[in-house]
Amino acid sequence: MIRETAGSAKTHAAARAGRLPKINPVFFVLAALLVAITLSNPNFVEPTGYMNFLKRAAPLAILAAGQIYVIVSGGFDLSAGSLITLTVVGSSMLLDNNADATWWVIPVMYAVGLAVGVVNGVVVSFLRVPSLIATLGMMITLNGAAFMWSSGSPRGYLPETFRFFGRVNLQGIPLVQFLPVALLVLMVVGTVLFWLMHRTNLGRMLHALGDNPRAAQMSGVPIEKVRIIAFVISSLSAVTAGILLGGFAGVSTDVGVGYELQAITACVIGGAQLLGGRGSVPASIAGALTLTAIFTLLNFIGLPKPVRDVVQGLILIVAVVLATYRRNRAGGT
Amino acid sequence: MSSPAIEMRGITKSFPGVKALKSVSFSAFSGEVHALAGENGAGKSTLMKILSGLYRPDGGAVIVGGTERHFTHPLAAIRAGIAVIYQEFSLLPERTVAQNIFLGREPTRFGLIDHRAMNDEARRVLALFGSAHRIEPDTVVADLDVASQQLVEIAKAVSLDARVIVMDEPTAALNEAECEVLFGLVDTLRKRGVAIVYITHRMREITRLADRVTVLKDGETAASFDHVPEPDAIVRAMVGRDLGDFYAEPARLEEIGDVVLSVRNAGNDRLKSVSFDLRAGEIVGFAGLQGAGRVALAQAIFGFTPFTEGEVTLAGTPARFTSPREAIRAGVGLLPGDRKAEALVLMQSVSDNGMLTARALSGLSAKADATPFVSAEEMETLLRNVDVRAGSFSQDIKALSGGNQQKAIVARWLALAPRLLIFIEPTRGIDVNAKAGIYHLMRDLARKGAAIMMVSSDLPEVLGASDRILVMRSGELVAAFPRGVSEADIMLAATGEEAVAA
Repeated sequence: MIRETAGSAKTHAAARAGRLPKINPVFFVLAALLVAITLSNPNFVEPTGYMNFLKRAAPLAILAAGQIYVIVSGGFDLSAGSLITLTVVGSSMLLDNNADATWWVIPVMYAVGLAVGVVNGVVVSFLRVPSLIATLGMMITLNGAAFMWSSGSPRGYLPETFRFFGRVNLQGIPLVQFLPVALLVLMVVGTVLFWLMHRTNLGRMLHALGDNPRAAQMSGVPIEKVRIIAFVISSLSAVTAGILLGGFAGVSTDVGVGYELQAITACVIGGAQLLGGRGSVPASIAGALTLTAIFTLLNFIGLPKPVRDVVQGLILIVAVVLATYRRNRAGGT
Repeated sequence: MSSPAIEMRGITKSFPGVKALKSVSFSAFSGEVHALAGENGAGKSTLMKILSGLYRPDGGAVIVGGTERHFTHPLAAIRAGIAVIYQEFSLLPERTVAQNIFLGREPTRFGLIDHRAMNDEARRVLALFGSAHRIEPDTVVADLDVASQQLVEIAKAVSLDARVIVMDEPTAALNEAECEVLFGLVDTLRKRGVAIVYITHRMREITRLADRVTVLKDGETAASFDHVPEPDAIVRAMVGRDLGDFYAEPARLEEIGDVVLSVRNAGNDRLKSVSFDLRAGEIVGFAGLQGAGRVALAQAIFGFTPFTEGEVTLAGTPARFTSPREAIRAGVGLLPGDRKAEALVLMQSVSDNGMLTARALSGLSAKADATPFVSAEEMETLLRNVDVRAGSFSQDIKALSGGNQQKAIVARWLALAPRLLIFIEPTRGIDVNAKAGIYHLMRDLARKGAAIMMVSSDLPEVLGASDRILVMRSGELVAAFPRGVSEADIMLAATGEEAVAA
């Protein structure tokens, strides 16, 4: 039968391709963009140039590394951006300009993140609400909560102890002169999330769940548990991103606005399958860096924020189209 | 004899890396059924896709009604009177029967669609098969059963005045009664002078319907008969070897051990007071019509749609499971009947598919390549042992043939060494050699002490592969037969006709 025949032809092609190391195209795109940035601004190759770039990209990269867990499991987490806002606003309210409170405020914010993730996961798993709707509801709720908590006018600033993570550069590091703490956080989070996704059973279960939930269930995958964990990881990464953003952006009720879509865009640029079953943590981080690089480039060119939004929207669509096209050519169904 | 309705001469077609057809010739005359048989991948569908204009041949000629044609588009073939009915229907589920039949060529009146004319014409076409009362033209297609949908598909072909109708494994989704309706339909079409190309690999259908038989193997004509030969001759041509050992040896008496699964008066909303035992070392076939409750029973044992009453024990301990995970933990495995929907994770590798259940039962934070049940290397060995043919086990499983996919799912369960393994339609849609492979794997597993429950709608398979046969009807177990019972006895029990006879 033809499907079989063509299938075996594809098998041969795939086997041939398999012998060459397959590199995700996002890394080439990122490299090309970095070259373009360097050409338009030669200072970029100096540590202050690229380190500040990485520092600025770190919150989005962390958010994308968490979002990819939900995407691979077959869902979306739209509440991530509003959780960033809640983290920043909530921290400033709890800290109340008291630097000594940092040690307990951060765990409290992670507890809030854990709760948000569990609620998202439970609503999607047990109440069967589509994740798009469930997390959209959560997004509106959290934004409202942040607004109510601060009565619409968040208080002043965050103490230095809290801003340490997002703002401080560790000096005197060999080769690179200095290392932003935010980048360090990204490397640690990235490594842990990479390991969880690509080396453990959890990662394989997430892929199976997003690929075919019914087959996963009938194969013994604890689908509810796996799905809840995915949402929790996404929420915890949002809290982490919020702590970094609070460090260098300051306090406002719109600090997290739009971050959830940027994170989803980053994952798609990294080749994630939007309906689940396929995705990679390093490629999502590279996707976040790519998106930040594009914004940086647009900044250099001097384009205003609305143009950036238009570009981001177009990138999202183009990335999905390209991913679909590639998959069809690679012989998927 | 007059010239054939269609003739294909020396057709050659290559795909990258594969020579799909090597100089294949084929013809069909008006008023005959020409069966086209062959294993999956033999080239049957490629040949028909060339006939229907979906593919263009690299060499050879397609002659329709005496003139050579070069179809560049399926529409051209349809206009030339060639209709192909594929396994996957091309009907729009949310439209009515009449709308589907006239899709794209609706009759109009004052520029508006003339619904009355459309419905009348649809009724007339359906009446040709005596189906006018079974199917109303204004029924929405999604509300029809599969057989009726197929009928609509055929009616569409007839209303197009097709002189040649190609049916690609039309019974794949039909039950016994529905098959009979289809066979009657084919007879009607033949009498009306339509040339029918009937693709199948079921011997029963060939014997019942065909006037001539052509067998393809590896893209070549392996045999061509101007009459219907003995089934053995066709199978030999298809497989290229004798099939003396098609089914595995039955269990010897001493191989049958203790009771593994015991079900007593168990039921739920689809099952009524079911009682039976399964013993270690035996393969028990479950026969019955579609909807008789066999799959419901399997899913109840597996905890997917649990029993609500009765007693179930597995190796002596209570075993009324409420989730598949719980059942798997206790040593029950299930190979679903719908591979794509219920068993495979298509975007993942062959190896990941094999490892899935072993990983699911291990700790979530544990390393993925070494579960307590099986390591990644052991899975590779297992996949090789069950003869999964793939370029590499790290390639996506969706590129594999149905038979190889099924064997990978068998490997998934072998890794768990279950006490009870339930196979639902284990060989649906896979080729003859792979079928034999599955039967032998089932037997090996039974020899190692597992109990095997096999739910199958393929009667020869139930008869050939089982040590014992239980028959279900309307959610109840109605008969038990030893090995060697006749197909007729099973059908009588399955349909409940014996009550009438008695």
